Amino acid sequence: MKQFANLFMQLDQTNKTNTKVAALVDYFDKAPDEEKVWAIAIMSHRRPKRPVSTRDLREWCQEETGLPEWLFDETYHVVGDLAETIAKLLPKVENTEDRGLLYWVNFLIELRGKPQEEKKKQILGAWKELETFERFVFNKLITGGFRMGVSQKLMTRALSQHLEKDPAEMAHRLMGNWDPATVTFYDLLLDDSVEADTSKPYPFFLAYQLEDGPESLGSPHDWFAEYKWDGIRGQLIFRNGEVFLWSRGEELVTDQYPELKAVAELLPEGTVLDGEVLVYKDGQIQGFSLLQKRIGRKTVGAKMLKDAPVVLRCYDVLEWEGKDLRQETQEFRREILETLFAGLPDNNLLQLSELINFKSWEELTALREDARSQYSEGLMLKAKKGTYGVGRKKGDWWKWKVDALTVDAVMIYAMRGHGRRANLYTDYTFAVWDGDTLVPFTKAYSGLTDEEFNKVDSFVKRNTLERFGPVRSVKPELVFEIAFEGIQKSTRHKSGIALRFPRMKRWRKDKPPNEANTLEDLQDLLKLYG
Amino acid sequence: MSLLTFNKNGIYCKQADVYIDPWKPVKRALVTHAHSDHARSGHQKYLAHKRSETVLRLRLGVDINLETVEFGEVKTINGVKFSFHPAGHIPGSAQIRAEYKGEIWVVSGDYKVQEDGISTPFEPIACQHFITESTFGLPIYKWEQQPVVINEINQWWQSCKEKGKVAVIGAYSLGKAQRIINHVDQGIGRIFTHGAVENTNQALREGGMEIAPTTYVSDEFSKKDFAGNLVVCPPGALGSAWMKRLGPAETAFGSGWMALRGARRRRAADRGFVLSDHADWDGLNTAVLGTCAENIYVTHGYQTAYTRWLIEEYGLNAVAVKTLYEGEGAEEQEGKEVKKP
Ligand SMILES: [Zn+2]
Ligand SMILES: [Zn+2]
Repeated sequence: MKQFANLFMQLDQTNKTNTKVAALVDYFDKAPDEEKVWAIAIMSHRRPKRPVSTRDLREWCQEETGLPEWLFDETYHVVGDLAETIAKLLPKVENTEDRGLLYWVNFLIELRGKPQEEKKKQILGAWKELETFERFVFNKLITGGFRMGVSQKLMTRALSQHLEKDPAEMAHRLMGNWDPATVTFYDLLLDDSVEADTSKPYPFFLAYQLEDGPESLGSPHDWFAEYKWDGIRGQLIFRNGEVFLWSRGEELVTDQYPELKAVAELLPEGTVLDGEVLVYKDGQIQGFSLLQKRIGRKTVGAKMLKDAPVVLRCYDVLEWEGKDLRQETQEFRREILETLFAGLPDNNLLQLSELINFKSWEELTALREDARSQYSEGLMLKAKKGTYGVGRKKGDWWKWKVDALTVDAVMIYAMRGHGRRANLYTDYTFAVWDGDTLVPFTKAYSGLTDEEFNKVDSFVKRNTLERFGPVRSVKPELVFEIAFEGIQKSTRHKSGIALRFPRMKRWRKDKPPNEANTLEDLQDLLKLYG
Repeated sequence: MSLLTFNKNGIYCKQADVYIDPWKPVKRALVTHAHSDHARSGHQKYLAHKRSETVLRLRLGVDINLETVEFGEVKTINGVKFSFHPAGHIPGSAQIRAEYKGEIWVVSGDYKVQEDGISTPFEPIACQHFITESTFGLPIYKWEQQPVVINEINQWWQSCKEKGKVAVIGAYSLGKAQRIINHVDQGIGRIFTHGAVENTNQALREGGMEIAPTTYVSDEFSKKDFAGNLVVCPPGALGSAWMKRLGPAETAFGSGWMALRGARRRRAADRGFVLSDHADWDGLNTAVLGTCAENIYVTHGYQTAYTRWLIEEYGLNAVAVKTLYEGEGAEEQEGKEVKKP
């Protein structure tokens, strides 16, 4: 495990992309092939099936350390990561023996079938054998969520250096369904002879945020513009008579949106479409909250299908008649896409994301400001001559979102952050005025600089009114501008309102608390945008 | 009425009419150590340990009205016997013991029980009332022995040198900076200092402390002079414009907070070393139990959790007390603008 743990530690210790790539290449050059497949799998969020529950791990760690449950929980809250909490609470060991990653992966695979008592015995044994950092990595193999800061881009760069292959090809090969327990390193990355996996998706092309206006992009005639749809990015594949839907997180979600399987009746063989999964009902797009009900649900009942039916609103075609179109221009692909839609029979599954007609950037700027009225969150700009890239790449695709909605609110509670910010009060609850009382309506914990967090933290410590466990109520004095992407009715919140992606946009040092917004202001926003 | 009480100005002794580590200006202040959250400006009279003198004058002004004592020396004020005892936190740091009519209190200020080679080691003082910090009062915090950490720092410095880079380490200018300076391997290269660290070094040297040779990062040096060497600066200077003069650099940060992976990642430094001047979990427990006190007052840190632990695990009469002490991190902002030493 030392080799892999060491890689993990090196990746963890640097923010520099080049250093990370170098560490990966060095690891790939030295590690055995069988282990490398697992390393790649783990770094792209594939891991052996969990042999024990996290509850088991917590209980066994508490037994071993003799700590009371509340203190374990408090510590876990501060650390923010169960694998790390357990690894560090257990007594230190000096380990001389080193078994590789493959050994431990197989250990976990074999553990699955064993009786509970045996599982416990073996996990405790492993904990006693591994040094703290290796123990952390081992726990992570069970709990998942590695977050090693290795993006798909980094991984493909490292593999392409290690194997002297094209990074785009590496990216494509790593996509989709492959099982590290059965595939070999050679088959996964090098073998050209094996029959292609029909479900294999293409790497998604991701847009950069356009920070300033579009003027910097040159002539408007070189660009397509569309509305930006607020749903789930999806890649729909129809090959060999089978339909597959992939989400951007490289998850196969076909069974979560079973209605889309019927596109098999509509599409020609060998078609891959890129678009947005949206809930569409009564002739219009529905808010994200309805779609949220379907996310992550394994089985979808008839009621759900009726209440929240989805469509795929398509904006690109990546494969046509079995041919990879990604190196063709956007213009060319758009033409094929439009031809495809022109020939489609009436249906309630596939929609074309229409291009916006515009002649000047000013005209487009005005349209963007009105984007919310189209149930969209802004515009997308795509270079007509651009190809379909891999991952996030600057240049050809830009997202140009509408400005977020904002309200000015008063901070009334603060909680210590965890993980990254365990030593600071960084999680805040905000309130607006309802008459002369402050009604909490949202929490937010991002958007400030570290320096600002330090200042607010020190304010919290000096202005605490009451403590409830980890939470402190503070003097209602600080005002923040809260930005958010959407607003919904909610029965779970006292205010009757729930926000989407709330974050602190600015610390309004210029505003006294009595000038913060009111509940009525929020209700007005709800009427407009809810 | 108990001998010491907590009020809006700080820890107060009514009988002697003095404060210990007050945060508002008062007539007479007894100061545990020279860190800014404990030693504030504006008091009319100060009493502190001898070793703190030069640093207190550097930070609060040469003309402060300051009296100093040795460890163990008893100073009687209106019948209350005060004495200072080693806290092991930084050079000159003390626990303050107060005794009156058989009632004994110990205010520990900040402390650690691990030896750091520069501070007089912590001594447990028997008392009935003990005021403890709880900066690292959770069982996740367990420090390695100092030589282990210093060895990691040496290895990192060596690897920077091999890459032709300067190794820049952020450490609080009073205490941690000197711990590093006095223990790293001077065979690797030269030790440079940021103004805030050099000022403190000079003050400590004036006060009679031995500190390894250091050179102030002044304008007479250019980038090539720094390559392969070590620069010690306050954490606030990491990533600041000041660093540009050093040339290609790798950065590191030494703090107890670096024990958490998340906190390490939040720091935009290349490396985080777990090095603290505060007691870890075992250290706190050892210290508290070592006083044999029945009444424990828990200040800055994980107060709620640590108080509950003392009550439930050891059956002590523990309470959390609100203070304005800040624990490790208080000095992070320090040293952004510093006059030439
Ligand atoms: Zn201190
Ligand atoms: Zn302190």
